Amino acid sequence: MRLVVDLNRCQGFAQCVFLAPDVFSLHGEEALLFSPRFDETQRDRVEKAAAACPVQAILVDYSDEPTKGAEPHVG
Amino acid sequence: MSADTDVEVLRRQGRIVVVGASLAGLRAAETLREQGFTGSLTVIGDEPYEPYDRPPLSKQALLGRARPEDTALPRRRDIDAVWRLGVAAEGLDRDAKQVRLANGDTVAYDRLLITTGTRARPWIHPEEAGLDGVFVLRTRDDSARLCRKLTGGVSRVLVIGAGFTGSEVASACRELGLEVTVAERGPAPLVGALGGVVGAVADRLQRRHGVDLRCGISVTALEGDYVGRLRRAHLSDGSAIDVDVAVVSLGAVRNTEWLAGSGLAAGPRGIACDAGCRVFDVNGIVTDDIYAAGDVARSPHPLFDYQFLSLEHWGNAVEQAEIAAHNMICAGPDRRPHLWLPMFWSSQFGVNIKSVGVPPLGDQLVVAQGTLGEERFVAVYGYRGRVIAAASFDGAKWLGFYQQQIESGAPFPPEYRTVDRRTETLEPVDPAFPDPHLPTHGPTVTLTGHSPSERRIKFVPSHA
Repeated sequence: MRLVVDLNRCQGFAQCVFLAPDVFSLHGEEALLFSPRFDETQRDRVEKAAAACPVQAILVDYSDEPTKGAEPHVG
Repeated sequence: MSADTDVEVLRRQGRIVVVGASLAGLRAAETLREQGFTGSLTVIGDEPYEPYDRPPLSKQALLGRARPEDTALPRRRDIDAVWRLGVAAEGLDRDAKQVRLANGDTVAYDRLLITTGTRARPWIHPEEAGLDGVFVLRTRDDSARLCRKLTGGVSRVLVIGAGFTGSEVASACRELGLEVTVAERGPAPLVGALGGVVGAVADRLQRRHGVDLRCGISVTALEGDYVGRLRRAHLSDGSAIDVDVAVVSLGAVRNTEWLAGSGLAAGPRGIACDAGCRVFDVNGIVTDDIYAAGDVARSPHPLFDYQFLSLEHWGNAVEQAEIAAHNMICAGPDRRPHLWLPMFWSSQFGVNIKSVGVPPLGDQLVVAQGTLGEERFVAVYGYRGRVIAAASFDGAKWLGFYQQQIESGAPFPPEYRTVDRRTETLEPVDPAFPDPHLPTHGPTVTLTGHSPSERRIKFVPSHA
């Protein structure tokens, strides 16, 4: 399960940090750090965090397998 | 057959090839499917990985809070593509409409999208660049290698170049408790992107966090020992420092070499395209089957005097890819222009730095909110009497407002009242950008087109 935050949109409301502190954290006053990969135990929290983001900056992909055909195929 | 029928056939059974399996390539592929493209889709990438996110590689990955191999980008939908990964595109034959790959294969296309991006500018001396301990930071592999090195007991790190990547690396090193020296040819960190006034704040920030920052200095040589391990760096002021790691952060080089001989307007400054992402050929004729998006593209923007803009920005890659994908599979009148306002972020030394617009175009600057001394402020850049950009240190929530100001051509200096304003900083000053001809780490926004003030060619009719 993977996620990405559009940090252009992010304004440091920190809702995600309250809801899923193991995945999102603030560095200083408003710089957001996040774990791009999370596991099943965090799913609920990440879902809540993504829904609560006032600027809808969090994109989540709940699938866990690599993109079809993209790995480890080479050439 | 009318052009509209052609587009219908293309959408149903055309062959679209995307060269560049990164953020822009992935978002373009998703958009093509989203908009009903059912033909064949091939994505070609020189790295063996599916598209991944780069910003964490110089931030949380170096801090050990995320693994570089865990940054694969989330997908918005299944794209049902043929992936050709771990093999670079090596040539383009526009007559045969084929991309040639490094392994000798060819891939035919009806529409081609080029998203080959940039790579890290390597250290100037190849032999020194090959020393054990000399790094660049651009790819997932670069980040993994550097992470291993930084956590493996190093004594002092040298960062060459104090642009955004260099400054982020220096920040991570300090947080890891490592001694770090930063050598910057310009007068201050971030000076190419934000100018000397804001650069001076970044300068204080670095020194306060214990960085041995040396500006106005260049590294003249990297010296290794008898087994090829980096040992010492020589600086232009005649001094030398003992280091076992050097991170070369001298900006990016556009990946356009593979297009040599293709007849496209592609060179060191990127691939020229129109506002609809259609690539120009060397004669300035727009192609209708080849598109470009992301870091490698440069296109004219009406808000910035129609100069060609080339943007190494995450958001631009997403937006431009979506526009390019849309335009590739629709008829002329339905095409849309890519008029994204440049926007980027960086986080270093615990400060969130954001920018909107094109600061390097600015000829004046005011601090509209906060103060430079508190390292919490919004600096607004003016160009010929209108607002052209804004940069914030820990002031992200204000940038949406400045985005509107820039888009509406609001007058400069600003006439509005702002929250948290300090009257003593409202006097416009020169933002102090270095002469763009002097080499430094380079800004992430580059104006690569004409400047209307430079009239170098004048047309004089012979009968006049």
